[in-house]
Parts: sequence; C-alpha cells; structure tokens
Amino acid sequence: MSDAPVIEVERLSNAYQNWYRFSRNPTAVIGAAIVIICVLAAILAPWITPHPEHVGAAVNFRTRHLPPSGDYWFGTDNVGRDIFTRVIFGMRISLLLALVVLGTAVPMGTILGILAGYFGGWVEVLIMRVTDIALAIPPLVMALAVAAVLSPNLVNSLLAISALWWTWHTRLIYSITKQIRAQEFIEAAETLGASKFHILFREILPNCVSAIAVKTSLDCGFVILVGASLSFLGLGIQPPTPDLGTMVAQGAAFLPDYWWESVLPGSAILFVALGFNLLGDGLRDLFDVQEVR
Amino acid sequence: MEFLLFLVRRALWSLLVLFGLSVVIFTIARGMPGDPVRLALGPRASNEQVEQFRQTLGFDKPLIQQYGIYVSGLVGGDLGLSLLTKRPVSNDIRETFAATFELVLATITIAFLFGVPLGVAAARWKDKWPDNLVRLIAILSAVTPSFFLALVLQILAGYVLHILPTTGRLPPGMTFSADITGLVTLDSLLHGRLDVFGEGLRYLLLPSLALSAATMGQIARITRSSMIDVSSQDYIEASRAFGIPERVRVFKYMLRPSFVPPLTISGLEFASLIGNAFVVELVFAWPGMAAYGVRTIMQKDLNAVMGVVIVSGVFFVIVNFVIDVLVGIVDPRIRIRGRR
Repeated sequence: MSDAPVIEVERLSNAYQNWYRFSRNPTAVIGAAIVIICVLAAILAPWITPHPEHVGAAVNFRTRHLPPSGDYWFGTDNVGRDIFTRVIFGMRISLLLALVVLGTAVPMGTILGILAGYFGGWVEVLIMRVTDIALAIPPLVMALAVAAVLSPNLVNSLLAISALWWTWHTRLIYSITKQIRAQEFIEAAETLGASKFHILFREILPNCVSAIAVKTSLDCGFVILVGASLSFLGLGIQPPTPDLGTMVAQGAAFLPDYWWESVLPGSAILFVALGFNLLGDGLRDLFDVQEVR
Repeated sequence: MEFLLFLVRRALWSLLVLFGLSVVIFTIARGMPGDPVRLALGPRASNEQVEQFRQTLGFDKPLIQQYGIYVSGLVGGDLGLSLLTKRPVSNDIRETFAATFELVLATITIAFLFGVPLGVAAARWKDKWPDNLVRLIAILSAVTPSFFLALVLQILAGYVLHILPTTGRLPPGMTFSADITGLVTLDSLLHGRLDVFGEGLRYLLLPSLALSAATMGQIARITRSSMIDVSSQDYIEASRAFGIPERVRVFKYMLRPSFVPPLTISGLEFASLIGNAFVVELVFAWPGMAAYGVRTIMQKDLNAVMGVVIVSGVFFVIVNFVIDVLVGIVDPRIRIRGRR
C-alpha cells in the first residue's frame, strides 16, 4: 500500500527525464515541430487556407500562372487556383496514406516478427521466408502491377503498399525478439507458467515499443514519399482532389517558366518527410535503439 | 571449399525466393477479379474471338497447369505474349531493361564513390563539422523525393545553366545501336566510338545523379557508424599503439571490415532503388522499363506488366546474391558461418 505513491513519483520523474532529454535534442524537437505543424495544417485546412474554394475543379483564367505573391503565397496553377491552398489540402492525402499503410503494416509486421522470433522452428522458417520473398518485390512496382489488374486509384495503391510494407517491421521485431528471448526474465516467466499470450504481448512486446516508435516515425516519411511517387506516375488519387505528387507532375509540364507550380508542392513533400525523419532520428537517440535504420 | 559451399547454399536460397516470387505474381495476375482477355480485346470482340484468344494464351486450362506452363516459360526466359501487340513480352523488356540496367549501374557507382568517402570523413572527424555536414546531406537525400530531385536537377543543369541534356539517352541526330551488351556507354567503347561514349555519359549523368542521392546518403550513414564501431575494436587500438600510420590504419584496417554493412544495406535498399528508377526514368524520358511498364498499365496489358514485375524481382534477387558473394569475399568470417 505504502509503495504506491513512490512508484507514482518515480514514473513522473521518469516521464520528466524523458521529456527533458527530448527537449534537449534539437533534431527531435525540430522534427516534432514540423510534424505537428503539418498535422494541424492538414486538419484545419478549410479554415486556415486563403482560398479554400480552389480545392475542387475551380477555374479562373484571369489568375492563371501567377508567380508567388502576397495574395498567392505559392503562386497559381494553370487554371488559376491558389497553389498554397492546394498544398495544405494535399497534406491531408499524404498523411492519410501514411496512417492507413502503417496502421495495417505495423501491427501485422510486429505480430509476425514476435511469433517468428519467439517460437522458432517451422513458424520462423515459414514467416521469415515469406518475408524474404515479399522483400524482393519493390513496393512501387507492386503498386504498378495492382493498378494494372484492378484500376489505378488511391485505394488500390494503398492496398499494394500495405501488402508489402509489413516486411520491414517483421525483420526488425524478429531480430529484437530473438535477443530478448534469450534473457532470464523470459525464462522466469516460462518457469512460472505464464501463458504464451502473456509472454508474447506482456513480456516481449513492451521491449519492442521504442524500436517500433522509431521505425514507424521514419516510415511515415518514406510511405509519404512512395505515395507521392505513385501519384506522380498518375496512380494515386485522381484530380481534381489536391495531391502533392499529382501537383508536381502537372506543374512539371510548365517548366521552367512556371517553376513554382512543381517546385513548391515538391518542397512540401520534402518538408513533411523531413519532419518525420528528424523525429525518428531524434527518438532513436533518445531511446538508444541502434538496430533501427 | 567452404566458400563454394556458401555459394551453393546461397544460390539454392535465391532459387527458393524466385519460386515464391513466381507464385505471388501468378496469383496476382490470375487470381484478381476481371477477365484479362476480355479487357485486352475490348468490348466489341465477339465471344468466339475471346474464347480463341483465351486458348492461344492457355487461359482455358486448370490453374495448376497454367502455373506449370508459366514457370517453365519463365525458366526459358519466356514471359508470354503481350495481350496488346501479340509480340513476346521478353523482346520488349530485353530492350528496355538494358537502359534501366545502365542507369542503375551508374547510380550505384556514384552512390559508393561519394557515399563511402563521406562516411569515412564523418567517422574520422566525428562530432566535428564534417560529421554534421554528412549527417545533413544524408537526411536531406533520404527525404527528397527522387522525382523532385530529378526535376530540380533538370531545371538547374538543363534550363538555367544549359550544361547537360535533360531528356533521352543520346542526341536526336545520333544513331548508334548498342548491340553487344545493350549499354550505350560500354558498347560505344567496344566499338571505338568515343563521340557516342561522351554523349552517352552526358545523357546518363543527370538521371543517375538524381537516382543515386538516396542510396548515397544511406551508404554514407552506414559507413560512418560501422567505421566508428570498428575503431573501438582492440586490434585498432593495438595498431595505434604499434605506431602504424593513420592512413594505413584507416584505409586498410578499418575500411575493409566497415564495408560489410553498407554492402548488405545497399542490397536491401535495392528494391526502393528500382522503384525510384521508374519515376526518374519518366522525368528524363529515359527509354527503360518504367516507360514501358507505365504504358502497359494504362493499356491493361497484363502479361507485359507482370513481365516488368518479375524482371524487377529477379533483378533484385540476383543483385542480392552478387552482394552476398562480395560480402563473403570482403569478410571471410561470413563464408564460414554461412548466413549473415
């Protein structure tokens, strides 16, 4: 009974320690700031953008191809729409993509990795061999194949990327689980008769959490890059819905004279990906998990 | 002897992955909803025509038998007929693959040429400005979409500075058939056509630079961390105590074992490199597999698309096999232990 408050204090100081170390790590703080700015901008897009009416198929030929100015921060595109507005709305698609792909890939990869690492034997052989095979297919190429068989749109691209992305998480969690498995506390839990479920998800999983967090943060950036590449190829979300990759592709037709139409949306992709990458890098230093790339 | 055993085991393993790959691709091609034959012939084809074409392609046989035919074709390099042109897919892919291969080869060369020295410099001056600079380069190169970098390079080198060509593989007027290896730069040298070689290099430079950035950053990062790991080993301390010159220590004793992680990483990274190559090729109108792949997707030419996918997968598996052999040569311990 009398222990309880002590534990509370300890936890609090632990959390505070973590926060202190986090706030002293410039990489992580800058990364987190960029991520927060992007997420907030995406959520609040209809209220903070100067020309929300330009999101759809609006046409205004009097303002077409205008360079960046006070009215149009990022200039206007070939039908006179405000590029800044469309970039902020485009963030929504990018972030949604990362959310959906990682929302399926991370749990799946984690569970498969833990199972393979803990049980060994034929479970390990089966899971890890399938993982190796899946790793041999480039996600972007897979998305192309799925787009050919079904039809080129956002959902199918999401499906294709998710179907391959778990492999990286499986490999990571597998190698961590193998290391943890050999430690005494797992043996102790087994001796005490803990259920397999308890050992897998109560003993091993918590030890993987920091690695998962780092990997997921880094992956957010990479999924956004792959998604942007897909829509650049015309296999992502279809116009007129604003999408960063599509905007770069359409703007590229007006290079080099109207450079802002492709360069500025492209910079926005870079900005989001940079945020997640810096955050992931900072978290890696913070948690000291070097096995995550 | 041990090395030979290692090679055999590695080769068998690659075969297994290839087998799995063929199953996956066959399942996607045949297991998805929709009738590829009907799609290829269009809505105006009669039922007999569809049925006849189906028989030509062997789509009327049981799935297991179809798979058998498909795999035995693959082994012989047969990727089936294009549903659209009725020409063998392997012909089209052979031509375009050579261009992609040349681009990828140049990319990897550039990535290692710049990535390894950057990583060595960062490790040598750890926590000094070279280290910070390399870290910045590595992060920026990892987060820049390759199509975006391609566009920026195109604007800078092609439109602003006018120093490099922005699209294509050779100048429009120049005729040259790369008939030995399919690589323009290599074949022009073999034919003694120095003018073609020069132009080929100029056209190759921008696309391969755009494509190499991400890999180069990764290689620099991994080289740095593995150099730092190695530098804390006892034998490095010992070599320092023996007064072996720093140059010898860094480049002979530290660099060789440090080569293993960047090599293995570049093998895994290779999948995303192929993916990015597709985008970069489109930006620079490079006549590789990407243009072919994207065109055939739009035309719903299923066999052609599957051909592109399987060639990319086989390419990946072969590259990883080669890399494992290289790693075995650089690090003898791996030959003996077997798996990495």
